[in-house]
Amino acid sequence: MITAIWRTFHLGLRGVARHGLRSLLTSLGVLFGVASVIAMLAIGEGLSHDVQARIQALGSNNILVRSLKPPESSSAAAERSRLSVYGVTYQDAARMQKTLPNAQIVVPVRAIYQDARYADRRADARIVGTVPWFGETNDFKLESGRFVTEIDLETRAPICVLGATISRELFPLEEPLGKLLKLGTQAFRVVGVMRPRTALTGDDQGTIEDLSRDVYAPLTTVRQYWGEIIVKVSSGSRDMEQVELHQLQVRVADVKKVEATAAVLKEMLEASHKSKKDYEVVVPLSLLRDAEETKKDFNRVLGAIAGISLLIGGIGITNVMLATVTERTREIGIRRALGAKRKHIVSQFLVETVVLAGGGGVLGMALGWLICVLVPTINPKLHPMPTQESYVLSFVISVVVGIVFGLYPAWRAATMDPVEALRHE
Amino acid sequence: MNDAVVTEREIVVAMRDVERHYLMGDTVVRALDGISFQIERGSYWAIMGPSGSGKSTLLNLLGCLDRPTRGAYLLGGEDVSRLSDDALSDVRSKKLGFVFQSFQLIQQLSILENTEVPLFYQGVAPAISRERARQALTRVGLGDRVSHRPNELSGGQQQRAAVARALVNQPIVLLADEPTGNLDSKTAREILDLFDELHAQGSTIILVTHDPGVANRAEWVLRVLDGKVDRVERGGRARPVAGATA
Repeated sequence: MITAIWRTFHLGLRGVARHGLRSLLTSLGVLFGVASVIAMLAIGEGLSHDVQARIQALGSNNILVRSLKPPESSSAAAERSRLSVYGVTYQDAARMQKTLPNAQIVVPVRAIYQDARYADRRADARIVGTVPWFGETNDFKLESGRFVTEIDLETRAPICVLGATISRELFPLEEPLGKLLKLGTQAFRVVGVMRPRTALTGDDQGTIEDLSRDVYAPLTTVRQYWGEIIVKVSSGSRDMEQVELHQLQVRVADVKKVEATAAVLKEMLEASHKSKKDYEVVVPLSLLRDAEETKKDFNRVLGAIAGISLLIGGIGITNVMLATVTERTREIGIRRALGAKRKHIVSQFLVETVVLAGGGGVLGMALGWLICVLVPTINPKLHPMPTQESYVLSFVISVVVGIVFGLYPAWRAATMDPVEALRHE
Repeated sequence: MNDAVVTEREIVVAMRDVERHYLMGDTVVRALDGISFQIERGSYWAIMGPSGSGKSTLLNLLGCLDRPTRGAYLLGGEDVSRLSDDALSDVRSKKLGFVFQSFQLIQQLSILENTEVPLFYQGVAPAISRERARQALTRVGLGDRVSHRPNELSGGQQQRAAVARALVNQPIVLLADEPTGNLDSKTAREILDLFDELHAQGSTIILVTHDPGVANRAEWVLRVLDGKVDRVERGGRARPVAGATA
């Protein structure tokens, strides 16, 4: 039985090898179909992996509330006052901590942009005023030293923790721990340095934030030194903004309750902000789900494209096999006269088409892999991640294409009248 | 035919009132219209007849490439006239050997592989079939050319290879359709000598030809006319005829 299968396979292989170039050209359709499926799936997988990693960095247990400058509803009022008051407040934070169901931890964050100076060096810094439990909602690691503590918060200690990049810029040669540096006009002592870290901002563009330029300090200290009003000077005009908190991070213990909690949170904010849209709520989990939906859609479109290209490849194979069958009518007649049954002829030609399509599939897998390797050299932003499933799937599909599109030519060959076939010139 | 001969020798081919009709448009063509004859094991027959007489149809029936419309065909004692396509294929691969006018070798295969084809479809193990094919080729004098492709051989050698292929499955009957038709007279003679040799070794041979010289080398000549047996004559092999040439 196994020898019979092997011999049939061998026979088919010889049929394919007989016209090397023709066989190669015939299988090109399947080859490119499979290669593009693998490459596109891999690129899609890579993209979605990146997006998911960034979203996950925001924390799937988290809900983020960001202060947002509302659209200028009455420009006249804005002109007059020149002071826009918006954003989430300490009151919001306190209320959430107290009343929001499932909210385990609320982390308030306030961000101020100031110069950081040490000796003759200067760097742009974003001072993040926060609380000791910042680490509960943010994925970060300390390189050295410590983070903000309860005592720092209590005593409004002038200490800070540096992000990796800014630490390198200010202290290229020295050990930063224990050094005094100036943030704006205030002196801070460095007590810790972070490891490099990035995160998705969570906005529509999916921009990446480089968090390695952040300088972390106790929220109370930041509030004391810089108050609530931020003055922006741009091209001669002064814009004043009063923002209490820039961000609130809410951690929900149970992932399943994140979205329900987010809904309650939104209602709470709507009530307290009197429908003033000066905040936005970002639910990383929902973003993740959206990203997965998008990926599914993407894969569906891809499947359709792949299906079409494989269909075309398959039709090409049928076409060539029909020609081959006609060309080899005599051989079919001889084989039938010498005792070949119809099933022998069917399997001989079917094996040929399967070898053609499967061979195209294997070459396509190689080409797809090659594309995956080459793509990052052309566009470094793309990191194709070919999955094992895509290789297995595309090989199986190419074999199936071989069988489906080989059946008709094989059937034509098998049902020929042997007498007529022998007479064929 | 003599009764003594019939009882002495086994009947390997028997046709009883065989008819074969074709539909050509609206008219039924009776290519064979009631043919009966029988052939003993080890005998050498030639079938002759003008074109359109039905001898090709008869050969197709004898070769199990076609089934009679009516009547019975017994091959080696088995009625093969109503067999399925698959069963007929089996009969062809196990009981029949074919030699064609145009050799009908598969160009892409070596003559050894060509010779193995009937055994391939019988499912004979590769090592055994290779050996048997080699023996068959040696028997026809091509033992030193087994790996040649057909187009690397002369017409006579190709026909020898075809004879080897026809012998490799030890058929009940060797069927030859104008085996010398594509050969020059010298080569033709060699092939006919080979047939004589096989006949002497006990093979049953049926040869279709329109060449009286070729037919004359058989023991019996079956003349077909208008789809019927015209007459059966003694051939030259049975009683040498003066001046017969091949």
